[in-house]
Amino acid sequence: MTTTEAILVLEDGRVFRGESFGAVGETIGEIVFSTGMTGYQETLTDPSYKGQIVAMTAPHIGNTGVNDEDFESRRIWVDGYIVRDPARVRSNWRSNRSLDDELAAQDVVGISGIDTRALTRHLRERGAMRGGISSTTTDVEALLARVTAAPGMKGANFLADVTTDETYVVPAVGDKRLTVAAIDFGIKGMTPRRMAERGIEVHVMPATATYEEITAISPDGVFMSNGPGDPATTDHVTAVLKQVLAARIPYFGICLGNQVFGRALDLGTYKLVYGHRGINQPVQDLTTGKVEITAHNHGFAVDAPIEGTFETPYGPGRVTHVCLNDNVVEGLALLDQPAFSVQYHPEAAAGPHDAAYLFDRFVDLMTSSTSKAGA
Amino acid sequence: MPKREDLKSILVIGSGPIVIGQACEFDYSGTQACRVLREEGIRVILINSNPATIMTDPEFADATYIEPITPEFVEKVIAQERPDALLATLGGQTALNAAIQMHEAGVLEKYGVELIGASIDAIQKGENRESFKAVVETLPKEWGAESAKSVICHTMQECLDGVDGLGGYPVVVRPSFTMGGSGSGLAYNEEDLHRIAGSGLALSPTTEVLLEESILGWKEYELEVMRDTADNVVIVCSIENLDPMGVHTGDSITVAPAMTLTDVEYQRLRDISIGIIREVGVDTGGCNIQFAVNPEDGRIIVIEMNPRVSRSSALASKATGFPIAKIAAKVAIGYTLDEIPNDITQETPASFEPTLDYVVVKVPRFAFEKFPAADATLTTHMKSVGEAMAIGRNFTEALQKALRSLERPDAAFDWRKEWVDLDKDALLREISVPHDGRLKKVMDAIRAGATPEEIFDATKIDPWFVDQLALINEIAVELTSARELSPVLLRRAKRHGFSDAQIGKIRGLTEEVVRGVRHALGVRPVYKTVDTCAAEFSAKTPYHYSSYDEETEVEPRTKPAVLILGSGPNRIGQGIEFDYSCVHAALALSEVGYETIMVNCNPETVSTDYDTSDRLYFEPLTLEDVLEIVHAEQQAGPVVGVIVQLGGQTPLGLAAGLEAADVPIVGTQPSAIDLAEERGAFAKVLADADLPAPKHGMATSFTRAREIAEEIGYPVLVRPSYVLGGRGMEIVYDEGTLKDYIGRATEISSERPVLVDRFLDDAIEIDVDALYDGTDLFLGGVMEHIEEAGVHSGDSACALPPITLGEAEVERIRASTEAIAKGVGVRGLINIQFALSSDILYVIEANPRASRTVPFVSKATATPLAKAAARLMLGESIAELRAAGVLPASGDGGKLPDNAPIAVKEAVMPFNRFRTYEGRYVDTLLGPEMRSTGEVMGFDAGFGTAFAKSQAGAQNGLPTSGKVFVSVANRDKRHMIFPVKRLADLGFEILATSGTAVVLARNGVTATVIRKLNEEPLPGQARSTIVDKIHEQDVQLIINTPHGVTSGGSPRIDGYEIRTAAVAEGIPCITTVQGLAAAVQGIEALIEGKIGVKSLQDWGRIVTEGRSA
Repeated sequence: MTTTEAILVLEDGRVFRGESFGAVGETIGEIVFSTGMTGYQETLTDPSYKGQIVAMTAPHIGNTGVNDEDFESRRIWVDGYIVRDPARVRSNWRSNRSLDDELAAQDVVGISGIDTRALTRHLRERGAMRGGISSTTTDVEALLARVTAAPGMKGANFLADVTTDETYVVPAVGDKRLTVAAIDFGIKGMTPRRMAERGIEVHVMPATATYEEITAISPDGVFMSNGPGDPATTDHVTAVLKQVLAARIPYFGICLGNQVFGRALDLGTYKLVYGHRGINQPVQDLTTGKVEITAHNHGFAVDAPIEGTFETPYGPGRVTHVCLNDNVVEGLALLDQPAFSVQYHPEAAAGPHDAAYLFDRFVDLMTSSTSKAGA
Repeated sequence: MPKREDLKSILVIGSGPIVIGQACEFDYSGTQACRVLREEGIRVILINSNPATIMTDPEFADATYIEPITPEFVEKVIAQERPDALLATLGGQTALNAAIQMHEAGVLEKYGVELIGASIDAIQKGENRESFKAVVETLPKEWGAESAKSVICHTMQECLDGVDGLGGYPVVVRPSFTMGGSGSGLAYNEEDLHRIAGSGLALSPTTEVLLEESILGWKEYELEVMRDTADNVVIVCSIENLDPMGVHTGDSITVAPAMTLTDVEYQRLRDISIGIIREVGVDTGGCNIQFAVNPEDGRIIVIEMNPRVSRSSALASKATGFPIAKIAAKVAIGYTLDEIPNDITQETPASFEPTLDYVVVKVPRFAFEKFPAADATLTTHMKSVGEAMAIGRNFTEALQKALRSLERPDAAFDWRKEWVDLDKDALLREISVPHDGRLKKVMDAIRAGATPEEIFDATKIDPWFVDQLALINEIAVELTSARELSPVLLRRAKRHGFSDAQIGKIRGLTEEVVRGVRHALGVRPVYKTVDTCAAEFSAKTPYHYSSYDEETEVEPRTKPAVLILGSGPNRIGQGIEFDYSCVHAALALSEVGYETIMVNCNPETVSTDYDTSDRLYFEPLTLEDVLEIVHAEQQAGPVVGVIVQLGGQTPLGLAAGLEAADVPIVGTQPSAIDLAEERGAFAKVLADADLPAPKHGMATSFTRAREIAEEIGYPVLVRPSYVLGGRGMEIVYDEGTLKDYIGRATEISSERPVLVDRFLDDAIEIDVDALYDGTDLFLGGVMEHIEEAGVHSGDSACALPPITLGEAEVERIRASTEAIAKGVGVRGLINIQFALSSDILYVIEANPRASRTVPFVSKATATPLAKAAARLMLGESIAELRAAGVLPASGDGGKLPDNAPIAVKEAVMPFNRFRTYEGRYVDTLLGPEMRSTGEVMGFDAGFGTAFAKSQAGAQNGLPTSGKVFVSVANRDKRHMIFPVKRLADLGFEILATSGTAVVLARNGVTATVIRKLNEEPLPGQARSTIVDKIHEQDVQLIINTPHGVTSGGSPRIDGYEIRTAAVAEGIPCITTVQGLAAAVQGIEALIEGKIGVKSLQDWGRIVTEGRSA
């Protein structure tokens, strides 16, 4: 078997040697790990991973190949891919081609055969950090220099890369009941689908959409999606959201949409040491006490008091969901107006469907004028 | 929701004896449950008839009842203890069935006992196929969950009528409410249907079978689900079967996590599982749900669910580090998952789903060599007796580790040069039928040039797995053709699980040379951690597995460490009893300040619970794997030594290799082990001590064997050397049979001689377990076998204290035991078998290790023998242990107080699990080859009641009235007269064959003559034969001793028919006259009435007080 050598160099100088996987080349990004055992195709095509090189903790990746149905967006977004044991054959009745070929076709540079658990432990102890993969050079020092020269994730804004250029409409499945303006920060395909299944016509709009453009479609609610980068750089969309909230238009946010909501409520955001990326995260709904197993992909979080309520420009707010592993804020709601958001992924692709009820909550908020958010 | 405060005492039901389909995984789950409940301050009452379990140790419950798990005895325990609740979801199907019976008999209501874990309604919804089908139908249609098309039948006619509606043959037959798939099978035609459904109807307690459309060859998955009172549900583990549908999960090679599902498909199975546990209404605790997935289009069929903790739960717990039984016990008493911490991370809660960054492979271990007549095809009816699990960083590594964990020389893949002539077509035909060892044949087919498509077509094994096998083969080819073992190649081979021995075979080198090269090149494994979270959080529990990766996670330590080598996969002859001793050593040594390190590969056991030792290595028990662990631990801190004498023959077999590698062995030294195991050396030990042994010789050819046999006189006992469990052992009465035996024992050679011993007819066989410290002997217990010598000690019932031996005989046994222990040089445990014949005490054999009977003796005498042994091995003396209170201050197991209870051990046989190729049951005769899978203990003040309890706890209890059928061999006729007469006096109607009836009539016992199978009916005699009567359940007890020479040869057809009919109908069948005498005593005790129950703790107090009195 002929293999091309590849190296992975972290910004703190740690080096892993393996073999090239996917495209041959060089890439630099923030190295993060994802613990999902299934769903690599969804992960790769999740725009929130823009700017990141993803290491999979599950050793066997690619077993089911790639199919045409499970893409979460039009392309692969990760800036690099790290796996231990890539599949040599694909086996699934829906599979259309191999993962290796797909990565190569989309020019995604990867490395395989390294001790991914050692890498994960390293990132856990020292935090997510910049790193580079190269299958074109074996010169560690040179690659390290390029890695340390690259910008970090703090202050990074990728919205222009991932958002849609133009508004498009996902029609409601069955009878149309509601209209939602969904602001695309890198929206996953499953999200409008989950809304459409509930009779919502979803207008997916660019991140640059103005309040006026949003209200022009007379939406029953506004939605802001997941997306990559540092939430602290989202001034425009935060300003738009403030206008939406001032108008008391029902609001639902996911992931970056949660962080933007937090900022609109004058809460701060911060970078987690190594983030939450996986599909097994226990989140407690503080309003019911129930625990749901949820899909996560976030490196930043909102800073809010978990107990009690806090004041916002739109009346009192509260934390509605919390991750039981580390007490990170996973959901926010306003008490006196129909607006809420979660940090994790109720659309769950990949991941468990436990939080799908949140889309029902959004529908309830929009259909019942008297209801209160987060109830 | 916090713990319920209204539950002050809980009755836990165990799973009884180890049988196929229900093994020590329920000791693991029950032990965890007992621990948890006691930690919560709840009074734990336990009933389990199996003395070899850890859970029945007196310190694991407040009141431990080693009593039969029958409605009668469970009710007695309830009446005596009045528990608030009953927890029956952790004791397998046995406990669940007992709970249902208790409910149906109104016992739970009568005593106000709440059933916790799963309600009766949920149990029935989950287990009754029709209602389960209804459950599946309630799920949202878009989830795509279906049930296989099926029809419920209560009669054979309904079965025959049902086939068309299912699309014709083949159809699957599944009896309701049986464990381990007992009685199920695949019928390809009407004849099959008659056979399988017929026995299924008989086996099912509700006379119900289900016929189902065949989904043979579909992918098979299993999800382990956990739910709490707040309706939080998590999936603990997904398991994929490498062997597709058609092979029972227990007999399949299984892999965790699932390898060939996309997230969309996996989440659909997850949704369905959660929907099902909610709809069935398993309120709290674990359950598993099995799925079949059509590889063509993804159609999902829900096969079944177990509303309880199962064998798969134990596997999933070990595979993920998520202790299902422990958490199930906590949620059963009211906790919610988010209130329970994850043991391993200690900081995150149990309300999450484990994620794995490694691959787990489980492989079954079979025992077909013990049942040569049995059909070895794998079906939906479980046949394996044990399993091994291995963990690797990828599938190939895990698979190859698992195969070598089986400890069968032929289990691992093998690329020997002489095997190059492989016939592809023949191999493809062979692998199209699942059987033990199929995977190896698949590998041979790959070597023979079969394409992945051909392999898939023949086996329906998923192409991804087939490719992984191809990858292994490619590496073997690289190893074959490489000019030298380069570090790159060696590392690549090791990363895919090749052992030093495998590489050596391929390269024509010894294992030691490969190891030397490997070490010189610095290619050594690292140890990773099972942490439930793929390293997302730091792990506090050192639960390790090896991998050829970069970074090791073994932490340095300061305390001196002792490695305890476990016993590997369960097999006949080496099972839970050895795990018991290993666990005890871990507990005992931890108490006295050692760091305990367990090495084992059996996922069912308590020893592989990460709570048992300070460190756990889930690794194969081969020399290579153990040496690497020793090396890693020596790097981590001081290592005092390795314990090899508690895990049975497996670790004992490693002793010499370890010693050669300068690894210190604690306790009895390898040279001493050799003295006991090597025939000539042992004979010298006996001669020096002036102890007699039966005359014997060693033959390397038939001619020599014949000479020896003539010299010492027939009958002779013949067997291969170095065996455990009496493998291949037979009693031979004449030259013809001897020739036949040697002919069949093809392995005979100068390296593999056959031992020929004089067989002592009519001897009393005695088993002794003792401790020796170099100076003092502590006689643990003296057990008298109930069956005559010639029945393997593991299959023979025995009594402790010995019921017919006097004090003088026990003293002779003590003196002989001491002489042997001293002569061999034992430090720790020794087990010796004696035979008392014509007042001569012959020494049959000695094993310088823990025996199968250690747990039984420990419980019967209230003395923790294995704990004491562990401390002796580390240097304490018997006197010191007496002073420390580990051993009694005075006396020992040979001198029990007069009011000590009688303990009877009875073996449990797996005959009802095996069918011949013609579909008949295998013969049930006992012989010198061990075939039992488990044991029960009957415990009471007198022998009769203790024996009766042991029979009730084993499969079939003794009757107190009805008909007894007697047919005995001529040599047994004298011995049977008195006991049969007694049965007649007790009111039994006696049926007998003509010959036996005549003898009985002469002795004043009237017997109805019953026609034998091959006899024409006499004038006026009923046409029905004894076999008919058995099938009509018109006989309550059968006494049938083998006619003529039997054990290895062919039993006369009539006896065979009778015995197998008895197995089919579940009627007690006694095959020895000694067993008959004991049974009569038991029946007398039962008829006299009032058999009480008493806890082990109460009996312990009686023994302890008696000792100090």
